[in-house]
Amino acid sequence: MGVEGIGARVARKEDRRFVTGAGRYVDDMVVPGMKHAAFVRSPYAHADVKKIDVKAAEAMPGVIAVLTGKQLKGDGIGNLICGWMIHSKDGTPMKMGAWSPLAVDRVRYVGDAVAIVVAETKGQARDAAEAVEVTYREKKAVVDPARALAKGAPQLHPEAEGNLIYDWEIGDGKAVDAAIASAAHVTRLHIVNNRLVPNAIEPRAALGHYDKAEDHFTCWTTSQNPHVARLVMSAFYNVAPENKLRVIAPDVGGGFGSKIFIYPEEIVCLWASKRTGVPVKWVADRTESFMTDAHGRDHVTEVEMAFDKDNRITALKVDTIANFGAYMSLFSSSVPTYLYATLLSGQYNIPAIHANVRAVYTNTSPVDAYRGAGRPEATYVLERTMETAARELGVSPAELRRKNFVTQFPHQTPVIMAYDAGDYAASLDAAMKAADYAGFSERKKAAAKKGKLRGIGMSCYIEACGIAPSAAVGSLGAGVGLWESAEVRVNAVGTIEVLTGSHSHGQGHETTFAQLVAQRLSVPLDTVSIVHGDTDKVQMGMGTYGSRSGAVGMSAVFKALDKVEAKAKKIAAHLMEADEADIVIENGELKVAGTDKKLPWFQVALASYTAHNLPAGMEPGLKETAFYDPSNFTFPAGCYICEVEIDPDTGVTEIVQFVAADDFGNIINPMIVEGQVHGGIAQGIGQALLEGCRYDPASGQLVTASYMDYTMPRADDLPSFKVSTSNTPCPSNPLGIKGCGEAGAIGSPPAVINAVTDAIGDNDLTMPATPLKVWTALKAATRH
Amino acid sequence: MYSLNYHRASSVADAVKLAKKGDDVKYLAGGMTLIPAMKTRLSAPSDLIDLGHIGELKGIKVSGKNVTIGAGTTHAEVAANEKLKAVCPAVSDLAAHIGDPAVRHKGTIGGSIANNDPAADYPAALLALDATVVTNKREIAAAKFFTGLFETALKDGEIVTAVRFTAPAKAGYEKFRNPASRYAMTGVFVAKGKANGKDDVRVAVTGAGENGVFRSKEIEAALSKKFDAAAVEGVKVPSKNLMSDIHASADYRAALVVVMAKRATAKANS
Repeated sequence: MGVEGIGARVARKEDRRFVTGAGRYVDDMVVPGMKHAAFVRSPYAHADVKKIDVKAAEAMPGVIAVLTGKQLKGDGIGNLICGWMIHSKDGTPMKMGAWSPLAVDRVRYVGDAVAIVVAETKGQARDAAEAVEVTYREKKAVVDPARALAKGAPQLHPEAEGNLIYDWEIGDGKAVDAAIASAAHVTRLHIVNNRLVPNAIEPRAALGHYDKAEDHFTCWTTSQNPHVARLVMSAFYNVAPENKLRVIAPDVGGGFGSKIFIYPEEIVCLWASKRTGVPVKWVADRTESFMTDAHGRDHVTEVEMAFDKDNRITALKVDTIANFGAYMSLFSSSVPTYLYATLLSGQYNIPAIHANVRAVYTNTSPVDAYRGAGRPEATYVLERTMETAARELGVSPAELRRKNFVTQFPHQTPVIMAYDAGDYAASLDAAMKAADYAGFSERKKAAAKKGKLRGIGMSCYIEACGIAPSAAVGSLGAGVGLWESAEVRVNAVGTIEVLTGSHSHGQGHETTFAQLVAQRLSVPLDTVSIVHGDTDKVQMGMGTYGSRSGAVGMSAVFKALDKVEAKAKKIAAHLMEADEADIVIENGELKVAGTDKKLPWFQVALASYTAHNLPAGMEPGLKETAFYDPSNFTFPAGCYICEVEIDPDTGVTEIVQFVAADDFGNIINPMIVEGQVHGGIAQGIGQALLEGCRYDPASGQLVTASYMDYTMPRADDLPSFKVSTSNTPCPSNPLGIKGCGEAGAIGSPPAVINAVTDAIGDNDLTMPATPLKVWTALKAATRH
Repeated sequence: MYSLNYHRASSVADAVKLAKKGDDVKYLAGGMTLIPAMKTRLSAPSDLIDLGHIGELKGIKVSGKNVTIGAGTTHAEVAANEKLKAVCPAVSDLAAHIGDPAVRHKGTIGGSIANNDPAADYPAALLALDATVVTNKREIAAAKFFTGLFETALKDGEIVTAVRFTAPAKAGYEKFRNPASRYAMTGVFVAKGKANGKDDVRVAVTGAGENGVFRSKEIEAALSKKFDAAAVEGVKVPSKNLMSDIHASADYRAALVVVMAKRATAKANS
């Protein structure tokens, strides 16, 4: 490791512009003649649209156009789609209802867009949007997924009878039932995984610009994957052919998954730009973000875990209902299936697993991947169940887990995944040591003297990142491949540009990707620039989500660097009249090993472009591309321990200690990794104690539509985290990276709830464990 | 925000004059409630009269135990005023914990009480201190000033100019914050003063009542016997007429009234 290479704690190159307010986000983009848009949105959760009268709005000051879904459909713009096909257990394909970018005759959730107003100013657009008269006939709404499945529930889509999108299963149901029937002990739980609002600091935004002269569209949008956005908008939404559509995702202020998906607004802004002849910009306000960003989680699960007389797990049975909201978002179908049920083996040897998942429409915002996407839900089910089982069996939660750990690799689970490497006991030991687990009972006594209830809980998670290989995910129904691309351009003077299909929206790629190049080519970090987020600059790419950019995106860079290095060595060998095999790269120079012959890096680069003296037959230039398709998922894992003190008078939970011991494989920049873990834990603690998206069950109105009612974690809600890693390199990619972007959010919620339930002695507590809920549980306990 | 007419008043008299002009005129003090409501288009005044530049509304006067706080005094100024801290630290402490630093440097005591948000802190203090609200027209006892949710005895065009009270022997304020908004979900101000030469304990509760700030007879009775945190232990506060929402049930608020009263009393005695 050099001071700037792999493993160095390099300060993030991008932070200077972010912290000085010099970042360039979609809302900073200005195109000559640009106008502003506001959307007319449904105030009802479920209603027929009887009439849209735009006359009054059109006459308002500054208004350029008011456009509706009928016009959009008339122009041939397609419906939004879900890009991952899931088949029900009876073999039928999932039942996808139509999602028009502007609703035509029915609205299905509060916030569903029915029209767009384009005006000179944002204020004028909003004023006119309020003046659009929409006549609705309100229908009964349903927001709870179990109620949506019940007979007589309001029906959302004619395509999905009974609001059921699919009824899917994985695993061996018979083997599981037999194991449960003969078990020495069965732990049963009803588990709710609460719905979350993503809350990226930058709201979603889109700027659509149709250039009439070129018959060409440009879309600036808050996207985690601009190439996928272009592909989907071209192939499915008929916005424009790919060669006539440029998508740019400039600086993006956080995504957490919510900016993977293609939303109605960017499609409508592009279309409206062509209709009106002016560039059209829309930026969500915070309430629109709450209402219309794809939400996360929202599962209801019944789980049974069977043990033999030696406390070894013999089977796991899971029955889950997943709330998909009003429409199927882009990757919604994959989240509670292949990103959830395939992780239900956890870190454990479980001979038989069966999971049944029903996906359901309700009159709520669409639900899709949110930091962790399925793996937090799986981890929560498993780790709440393990902790509960330990309590029921009267054994140490740590030892029950340890006894059931997978210790031999590779390990094939009964639910598709083949774990390639790990050392779960190492993380458990590290976490227990860091938390002084053994000293807990003394701390509990001391807390009791102060009138506080102290509890401890753990969670041993495993997750899967870098979803791959493409052929495998294709066979499971994915509509896209999940490889990544890179191009390494060495300029004539030796500086380097790396073009990557990964997209950075907080991850720090401009630093970590450059560290990889600095390490490999032995050049200063400052001479390396990372280019991303523009379909006109970067070759096709798949974007950033699922903690894939290190394992997949950087591996593509690694492969391209192999080619660059090989060519540079050939040129250097030729120039120095040496054998190619003797060339080594050190300190910014190409040297002939064992001699004092050397060439500075820039001279080799220059030679490749002057092409005055290249090996016979060699093409000029030093620029290489690679597409990397991994051979397997990666499997980050770890152990989290949370310790809480609860004030019985108020029900307030204070996290007094939080320990994270992770295995992320090889690490490029430990500081950035720690930042990812801190952020992930903050979100996980948010889910466990603070955040809960609530819809009114009768009206379907979003109750938590602002920060006045939706509790975002704040600095004073969180302790100082104790984080560490003990790493086993990942064997399936050349850098040995597993990924760290989501682990914190995956591993932490069950650790927190296990600690809270330990403290209050009541296991029946749903997230978020607010002071009200904890106080109510304590009060009920004292009444018994 | 909708477009509107902005007027900067140079004096209270000027503000009153300006207020006679528009259709839907609102006075702007610190704007910490009004401006967010306007930004989200929940409030749409035709005219704003900015009171923020009127010198006569600013400042704190302490004469013996008598305190007068100008309506335009910011929470930060109330929190930092040494003379006030010397005679009634509980009010400074309350002000020091309103909102965040930005709110405390813009928001004013007059704006807060004229708005009478049921989760605001000052109404509890004024009611427990038996304060007098001074307007450009009259003087109103706090007990008569706060009339309901976001409702006060103020008449159209009337401006709060100051708040006056006599510092009690002891006082303390504690609040339980709403986890999301951080407003008082239940806040209790306890004060032990004198009335007609006798000890007079007053306990006012904000953030909890369906009709805004109110006095808790149960806790006043307990503390009148002995002004001590232990005296509040076990007191039952009825949950009738308390608010219930996603963050707190009426029962929970009733319990919090007792806990906050206990802690406020301990603070008053410390």
